[in-house]
Amino acid sequence: MTMLAVNNLVAGHGLLTAVRDVSLRVHTGEVLGVIGANGAGKTTLFRTLAGVHPATSGTILLDGEDVSALSPSRRVASGIAMVPEGRRLFVDMTVRENLQIAGENGRAGPWTLESVLDALPSLLPLLKVLTGGLSGGQRQAVAIGRALMSNPRVLLLDEVSLGLSPVAIEGLYEQLAGLKARGDTAMVVVEQDLDRAMQFSDRVVCMLEGHIALEGLPQVLGKQAITDAYFGLAQGDIAYA
Amino acid sequence: MIAYEIERWTRSGKATLVAAAAVLLVLAMLPALANGLLIDKLTTLFIYILLAVMWNLLAGYAGLVSVGQQAFFGVGGYLALRLVDAGMTPYLALVVGAVGAGIVAIPISSFALRLKGGEFAIAMWVIAEALRIVVMFDPLVQGETGTSLLALNALDPDLRRNLTYWLGLGSLALILSVTYWLLRSRIGAAAQAIRDDEEAAASIGIDVMRIKQIIFVLAAFGCALAGTIWLASAITFLPRTNFGVQWTVFMLFMVLVGGLRTFEGPIIGAVIFFLLQTAFGGLGVWYLTGLGVIAVCFALYLPEGLWGLWRQRIGIDLLSVGVLFRPSGDRPTP
Amino acid sequence: MLDALIQGILLGGYYAILAAGLSLMFGVVRFINLAHGDLAILGAYLVLFAVEVLGLSPWVAVAAVLPVMALLGWVLQATLFARTIKGGFLLPLLTTFGLGAVLQNGMFGLFGSDAKSLGNHIGNLSWASWQLPFGITLGQLPVITFAVAVAVLGSLQLVLSFSKLGRAIRATASDPEAAELSGIDARAVHRAAAAIATALAGLAGAFLAMRALISPYAGPTQLIFAFEAVVIGGIGSLWGTLIGGIVLGVAQSFGATISAQGFQLAGHLVFLGVLAARLYLAHGRNHGGWRAALRLPRRAPSAQIPSTVTEGQP
Repeated sequence: MTMLAVNNLVAGHGLLTAVRDVSLRVHTGEVLGVIGANGAGKTTLFRTLAGVHPATSGTILLDGEDVSALSPSRRVASGIAMVPEGRRLFVDMTVRENLQIAGENGRAGPWTLESVLDALPSLLPLLKVLTGGLSGGQRQAVAIGRALMSNPRVLLLDEVSLGLSPVAIEGLYEQLAGLKARGDTAMVVVEQDLDRAMQFSDRVVCMLEGHIALEGLPQVLGKQAITDAYFGLAQGDIAYA
Repeated sequence: MIAYEIERWTRSGKATLVAAAAVLLVLAMLPALANGLLIDKLTTLFIYILLAVMWNLLAGYAGLVSVGQQAFFGVGGYLALRLVDAGMTPYLALVVGAVGAGIVAIPISSFALRLKGGEFAIAMWVIAEALRIVVMFDPLVQGETGTSLLALNALDPDLRRNLTYWLGLGSLALILSVTYWLLRSRIGAAAQAIRDDEEAAASIGIDVMRIKQIIFVLAAFGCALAGTIWLASAITFLPRTNFGVQWTVFMLFMVLVGGLRTFEGPIIGAVIFFLLQTAFGGLGVWYLTGLGVIAVCFALYLPEGLWGLWRQRIGIDLLSVGVLFRPSGDRPTP
Repeated sequence: MLDALIQGILLGGYYAILAAGLSLMFGVVRFINLAHGDLAILGAYLVLFAVEVLGLSPWVAVAAVLPVMALLGWVLQATLFARTIKGGFLLPLLTTFGLGAVLQNGMFGLFGSDAKSLGNHIGNLSWASWQLPFGITLGQLPVITFAVAVAVLGSLQLVLSFSKLGRAIRATASDPEAAELSGIDARAVHRAAAAIATALAGLAGAFLAMRALISPYAGPTQLIFAFEAVVIGGIGSLWGTLIGGIVLGVAQSFGATISAQGFQLAGHLVFLGVLAARLYLAHGRNHGGWRAALRLPRRAPSAQIPSTVTEGQP
């Protein structure tokens, strides 16, 4: 079932167009990996999907309903949650409060403080700690937990492992794998580590200069094609189609 | 590779300067022709333009949003009173008093300019209030009662009116020229760089504190000149009026209605404010209420001000303070 | 001397009520409301109107005016403040100065220029006092004002700490965009904050009118005092406004023993002294959150990483 459908989305910063005519489909239970170099438009795409960046044109459908005109908070209420780049936690509040806020303002559903802590057990001993004092991996876990608390139907994870230690990344992906195994959420993930992205995603899209240069199943496309699309080599006919 | 020529004097810019010189000449000869009322009104207009241009220099070009420029308006007038009391010729005292206020601004600047954003704005207001109270301790001012520049009453009323007018016109010409020159100089460019990003400006070697200080002191001097001219035309000095926050409110109004960060905007704003006051000032509090409504409407619907609107629609600067890059081949015949 | 100290401390209670709303607007909405003092005076006139024209008893009138003020704050935020705040630092100043002019002159036009007071309507409360040992006199009204200030700040603290609205307010103050991404309607939170702030201004105005004469143009002076209390106490700290208010009140109280003008001057000098001392110590530069609202009016402070998008920029 298509949960998120993006049609011909365009977004920019002033005169600069950062997202050009992007169309996407993500199904419930599916993980879509978004791959691309810095400046390819991934973060702008995510921010536009979440509603914190204005779309110039195009539509965003959630389970068939047009959410393009909704404010970010209304989109959260209808089921789009984003873990933003840089986590953006409320640093002078505790882990529990960070989770609680999304829980009481988000959408109703199966995720509660208990079930989120079950899924992210690393947070359990940290509940009373101010998030400003946490390590990078802990912060990312809180950010994911916060997004889950709003019971998303689509979970957008921007730069999942940026700035984390290898050990933290390993732990994080174990938890994300558990989430994926539940099969009830559509996930869109930006991951700089190509191997990691290909392994974790069901499907990948490569972004280049704001548009989608390549799309397909990672094992079918192969690493070489994805790398080429990443750098904008070869595949020229697709990239500039 | 396209070659660019740097153009600092657009044709409209040159034409405007010639026109400005002509207007100045006509205005200077006006007392010989016009009646006293008009001369008085124009003197008031000059004061408004002075204030608006100074506030725009401070807030628009240097990013220093002060709610306390009435401090210098008041101090200038007070120093002039003191100097006249000490025996100085009144009209000299008016100028020297303004210079004095500029000097007073130096120590204030070394404190206030270290504050940021809202703290600077509010601290300036508090400084103005503190200066008002200190001035009220002076027996010459007689606390709330205030005093008058009686020495001016000794002059023939027509002569006094014309002298004050010429002082206003001369001050305006001086301040406008200095501001225009300053904005086109390295100092003006540096000030705008600081306004846009202070850290970046400092990192390319701009002496942030010194640039801000130059602008701050010049703006203080300009506001003080306006204050002494006001004193000369009103004769009375009432601490609550001369140090009143309404002067800054007027400056804010004129600059934002006319157009912030343009050279022409504040002048337009001052003219509009002056016309509004001339037309509706008789309505008293309801006029002031209406002024508040206009201010709110501009903030809501025309935040760029009138000149900003004009520039968007027409795209012409009468007096460019920027640098125009023009591809060499593309130049129209001069 | 002791008397001046006690008077000053109690006066601090009034300033805390007045300043708490201003501080809330700074901290949560990042909005500098220059009409806050005028709104306080409006509150006072509304209470006077309810007492003199509608014949309500003073405390009932205060209770009736507070929701009206809250509604006014909500409407102002929804129609005026939210729209101008996008225009940077200057437009809010113009808007609220304009609003102040409308309020001041409108009140003058409607209620006249006569200085008025609620003092005549609260019986002997305006002058009654308690005698303590060592010849100390405690005015009942100042004590009540102070007690109300503590109660107001205390309840505000409870709301902020333990309620859904309070968490939403704190989250929005800390990072409005992240708050939106957590499902919080930041605009609604801003309106709620403006409603609380304006109601607090009205409450402060009512207390001012009980102990002193008010006039339509009294607002700006009260605004300066509120600013001073906020800055002295540290922006964004709820109890800081009480401390700031007390420091200001004590300074003014001692200043008043020297001369009538000394009342204001001492307050101003203490304020400037605190700013100067803070510059010297460079203290508070690392205090994020609410403090940053005043220091960096253009940019929202973000937790770890600047909120600006670097992606897509050349």
